[in-house]
Amino acid sequence: MHPILAAAILGTVSKLPSLTIRPRRIALFVTCLVDLFRPSIGFAAVKLLEEAGCTVELPPLQVCCGQPAYNSGDRTTTRAIAAQVIDAFEGYDAVVAPSGSCGGMLSHHYPGLFDDDPAMKARAENLAARSYELMAFLVDVLGVKKVAAHYDGAVTYHDSCSGLRELGVKDQPRRLLATVRGLSVREMKTPEVCCGFGGTFCVKYPEISNAMVGEKSADIAASGADTLLAGDLGCLMNMAGKLQREGSAVRVRHVAEVLAGMGDLPAIGEPERGSERGGPG
Amino acid sequence: MESTARDFNDNVDHALADPNLQDSLAKLKVGFSERRRQAAERLPEFEALRDRARDIKNHALANLDFYLEEFERKVLALGGHVHWAPTAADARRIIGELCQSMGARTVAKSKSMVAEEIALNEHLEELGIAPIETDLGEYIIQLRHEPPSHIIAPAVHLTKDQVADTFLEHHAKLGFTKRLTERNDLVAEARHVLRQKFLDADVGLTGANFLVAETGSSMLVTNEGNADLSNTLPRMHIVLASIEKVIPTLEDAAVLLRVLARSATGQESSAYTTLNTGPKRPGDLDGPEHYHVVILDNGRSAVLGTEMQEILRCIRCGACMNHCPVYGAIGGHAYGWVYPGPLGAVLTPQLIGVEEAGNLPNASTFCGRCESVCPVRIPLPKLMRHWREREFERHLTPTAVRQGLALWSFVARRPQLYRRLTGVANRVLALFGRAEGRYHALPLAGGWTRFRDLPAPQAGGTFHAQWKKRRS
Repeated sequence: MHPILAAAILGTVSKLPSLTIRPRRIALFVTCLVDLFRPSIGFAAVKLLEEAGCTVELPPLQVCCGQPAYNSGDRTTTRAIAAQVIDAFEGYDAVVAPSGSCGGMLSHHYPGLFDDDPAMKARAENLAARSYELMAFLVDVLGVKKVAAHYDGAVTYHDSCSGLRELGVKDQPRRLLATVRGLSVREMKTPEVCCGFGGTFCVKYPEISNAMVGEKSADIAASGADTLLAGDLGCLMNMAGKLQREGSAVRVRHVAEVLAGMGDLPAIGEPERGSERGGPG
Repeated sequence: MESTARDFNDNVDHALADPNLQDSLAKLKVGFSERRRQAAERLPEFEALRDRARDIKNHALANLDFYLEEFERKVLALGGHVHWAPTAADARRIIGELCQSMGARTVAKSKSMVAEEIALNEHLEELGIAPIETDLGEYIIQLRHEPPSHIIAPAVHLTKDQVADTFLEHHAKLGFTKRLTERNDLVAEARHVLRQKFLDADVGLTGANFLVAETGSSMLVTNEGNADLSNTLPRMHIVLASIEKVIPTLEDAAVLLRVLARSATGQESSAYTTLNTGPKRPGDLDGPEHYHVVILDNGRSAVLGTEMQEILRCIRCGACMNHCPVYGAIGGHAYGWVYPGPLGAVLTPQLIGVEEAGNLPNASTFCGRCESVCPVRIPLPKLMRHWREREFERHLTPTAVRQGLALWSFVARRPQLYRRLTGVANRVLALFGRAEGRYHALPLAGGWTRFRDLPAPQAGGTFHAQWKKRRS
């Protein structure tokens, strides 16, 4: 039996945590946005995984999951990039991404790219079965029940679309957030409605995207929360950018940062401490 | 119907700037989805019924020729007639000739999206025959010379005040000179005006939710009962339906009805469900003397056997548009043709060409909410992506997008180059964004920064660079 599957089953039936088989070697798929814009999310993910007993590695050949090409209809490029990702993550027990969108690309969309290539399809299916979104992996596979973090604030959680509807990520982050000391959750009216990011959508159709994120920011404001959390940096940057353009004081963070006790970092779009008055250089 | 799908971006600007439309959409977004959710929750087997509904439609589509011929055989045996219309022009001609054969001056129509698709009203008017829309929503937009903006709620883009003004303008000459403000009063006035039109009509024309092969029946669901007057009072009843409406049995219809109304309006079932099975028989007290079914293809059979076939499962409940955040932002008219929302984003390029309607499947975030509520489980995002692939293959994707993709792809396929470039980008963007933590404007990022700030990267290098430092 595959160790992950075994862990998943044992994680639910075993009453003795010591019996739970844990995946040994975890590859972090850091995602291109986290890599470039907010490495702290990657380090938060590593911290959470290591605290749960995993050994985390960063396969150096990883780049992007290929969604920009995939969602633009460029199948040839998507296949080339998918093949590269499949190579990069060969041999790891599990591949974990702090993103439902990129995680979903690996676990739900890669196999369909290789319908005419049985050998590659088998490799894609193998990777798909080992690929996880971070929150789902922590809770569903590793059986993590609580975190040691502290965060003073009322948070509201936005359910990013791919994580929610492709991967079933809904309760997992909320269950862990409920164990953060000092934190309370104030739900939005429609946390499951898209924020209007949609990858290239937000720049191809900026007016529609703006209308969607405008509605989201109103929902966030109405929740009364002082912090917005989600599991995907693309959505977070979109919502943070809108909130800040509107002059909102709501702070925006990735859920992993709060769970890893890194909630004291400057929020997304906030200046680094000590550089508020300093210019560049 | 004349398409404006090519002008999608202009349509969007117009829609976003229309306060009445935005008012109406705000109500629609909450109302429909909440009622659907409650209806689904009240029925424990709802998800299983969706599977059965999907399977029924898949079976019907896999054997479409058989069931269509079976349906025809049954209708003929009942004394009715079946007309096959390969194109919209054929359907218009057939219906025009049928109306003329009755010497018709007016035709009472109940709501039919296929009639919109073939632009029937314009054709009848050219023949000197007045089409009277009897569905309240359709009646309102007919008075206003507007196309429907939703497949089950055609006037959903209008506010009550707009309807009040429209009625006052058009009904004053009939003696209704008071501007009404109450919903019920508006409905009562429309009912009064329409009643005489039913009695005067020479021909009744309806669409069909299902064509039942087993019995030769056409099945209609409405909430107003207008279809029942349209098909019983006039001497001729014409049913206009597209080929994919045929299903095998009444038992199948029962399954589909259980998911249809719940998905559409959150009702257990619509107020009226009517089966029309042939013309008036000897001894029947009412019913039409002449019964005709016009079955339209208009490009649908070309979808069979392709990756797009699943769109033909659609039972036109409207749940995809009720739950679509893009539809919720721009409304139905922006889509530029008969079918809006995710359904239209897939079907419209098929029926009028992807050159005309190429924006529609692109204007989606692939949020997947449509697929999650579709009663027949159509994978709408996947089908929209297929359109994008076809556009890309045929070089219909905008040049800027293609060039950007090519550049990005070149870099993304070279991890070491990618690392170097992202390292530079991280340093530059972090440095200049450090003071404020974000950018209000940035060259080449206008699409983003027009409406949003762009968060600056954290200082200290990319994740990969930092990881390398920490672990070495």
